[in-house]
Amino acid sequence: MIAWFSDPTHWTGSDGVFALVIQHLIYSGVALFFACLIGLPIGLYVGHTGRGVVLIAGLANALRSLPSLGLIVLLVILFGPVFTSDMAFIVPSIIVLVLLAVPPIMSGTYAGVAAVDPAAVDAARGMGKRPLDILFDVELPCALPLIFSGLRSATLQIISTATIAAYVSLGGLGRLIIDGRAQNDYYQMAAGAVLVGALALLVDLAIGILSRLTVSPGLTRRL
Amino acid sequence: MAFSILKAAGAFALMALSATTTLAQTDPLGAAPAARTDKTTIIVGSADFPESQLLATIYAKALAAKGIKTDTKLNIGSREVYMPALLDGSIDLLPEYAGATLSYLDKNATAHSPEDVAKALKAALPAGVSMLTPSQAQDSDGVAVTRATAEKYKLKTIADLAPVASQLVLGGPPEWKTRKEGIIGLKELYGLEFKSFKSLDVGGPLTLSALVNDQVQAANLFSTDPAIADNKLVILEDVKNLFPAQNIVPVIAKAKVSDVVTKTLDAVSAALTTEDLIVMNGRLANHDSFDVVAGEWLAKHKLN
Repeated sequence: MIAWFSDPTHWTGSDGVFALVIQHLIYSGVALFFACLIGLPIGLYVGHTGRGVVLIAGLANALRSLPSLGLIVLLVILFGPVFTSDMAFIVPSIIVLVLLAVPPIMSGTYAGVAAVDPAAVDAARGMGKRPLDILFDVELPCALPLIFSGLRSATLQIISTATIAAYVSLGGLGRLIIDGRAQNDYYQMAAGAVLVGALALLVDLAIGILSRLTVSPGLTRRL
Repeated sequence: MAFSILKAAGAFALMALSATTTLAQTDPLGAAPAARTDKTTIIVGSADFPESQLLATIYAKALAAKGIKTDTKLNIGSREVYMPALLDGSIDLLPEYAGATLSYLDKNATAHSPEDVAKALKAALPAGVSMLTPSQAQDSDGVAVTRATAEKYKLKTIADLAPVASQLVLGGPPEWKTRKEGIIGLKELYGLEFKSFKSLDVGGPLTLSALVNDQVQAANLFSTDPAIADNKLVILEDVKNLFPAQNIVPVIAKAKVSDVVTKTLDAVSAALTTEDLIVMNGRLANHDSFDVVAGEWLAKHKLN
């Protein structure tokens, strides 16, 4: 496998590691963006008002049980007639990844907001803050550690599952795994798996650093 | 006292840990030894597309009807995966396509007619593996386009693609990237360089959907696929014989060959026709199970 990694032809070009990592990050980034767009507001709303807890718990669990590979093939066949371009493969891949990432983001945000110390919320209300100000000035900052933990688990799942985009002809690191299997080239397959793992760890580390920088020291007791 | 017990427990845990690492050091990519204890059962394997799975089911049922113990391992993968499995004894019997198997075993094979392919394949098979009588039934690889594409560029043969290939996207299974009956052969023999290649599935729903919906303009489909007629697709004629004759042939581990096995599978091969395959593939596409379709075919030919 070291030989596979040390072969320069495996790194450059349209099928090279660099190109595949970039594609992988693009799919993951776009999916994470949309998942946040959906998951964060719902989580904040439910956490703040306490309405619909049962609904989102049920929804989150139902979404988690969707089989990604089956769903992506189904969506490709459904979307096939809609787009003539590569969008017929990109849109289904992104949808599958978004569906995968929404539950952890949504539950993390909801749990974070719901777990904020009621005394802090009461104090803010006593100071005359409006509900939206309470949400954004008190509840959201206090909920950040749990929101970040939801975000981290969503990101890990997206990065490891973005490999299935290759199953429907797109790029990304899944290309190495799926082509390696079809061509009986286990070194290529193993290289793909190692790269996915390394990428997931790196991105997780980056989010970890981001959360250290943004979470108030008063919450983490790192004063 | 408690401290020393703790220390002992710690040392034990460390030993256990180091033992697991030594275990983990055995090369996971090396060939796993075939752990077979039951020598009499014939394990029938198949590739990862429905027709191959159906044929494997037919073989297994036909042998079982003659009182031979069988087991099936369907949906293994591409030839690059299941052939090594046959050689290392993880499986014993495969429904194979003569031409594709030949060029897998001998990259420079030139045989094209069914007889030549059968002869060349017999010679090329590795020690320990033999083939039985090929069936007249064929399922060849082909390059398919939609009727609209064929009319637009006046395509009849694969060679007609030459002036327009650079504008077209080709779709096929991932193994086509490195196979002679794939991108390599299309380039060497026909001089075709497509705009790009999309890795889809083995003539399955993804390939069909991509071709019909114009995400790819040419794709690898199989001649026994009923979807070709249903969707008004055109298989381009292979005038330079890139894809050799693909008669269906049982490939079997020599140790498992016996008179009964040979007679049973030869009877299956003799009864099987290309039309049967098209009809049965149509039924599989309509979600009939392998068992039912295989069982009915065997009953019809009194092989059960």
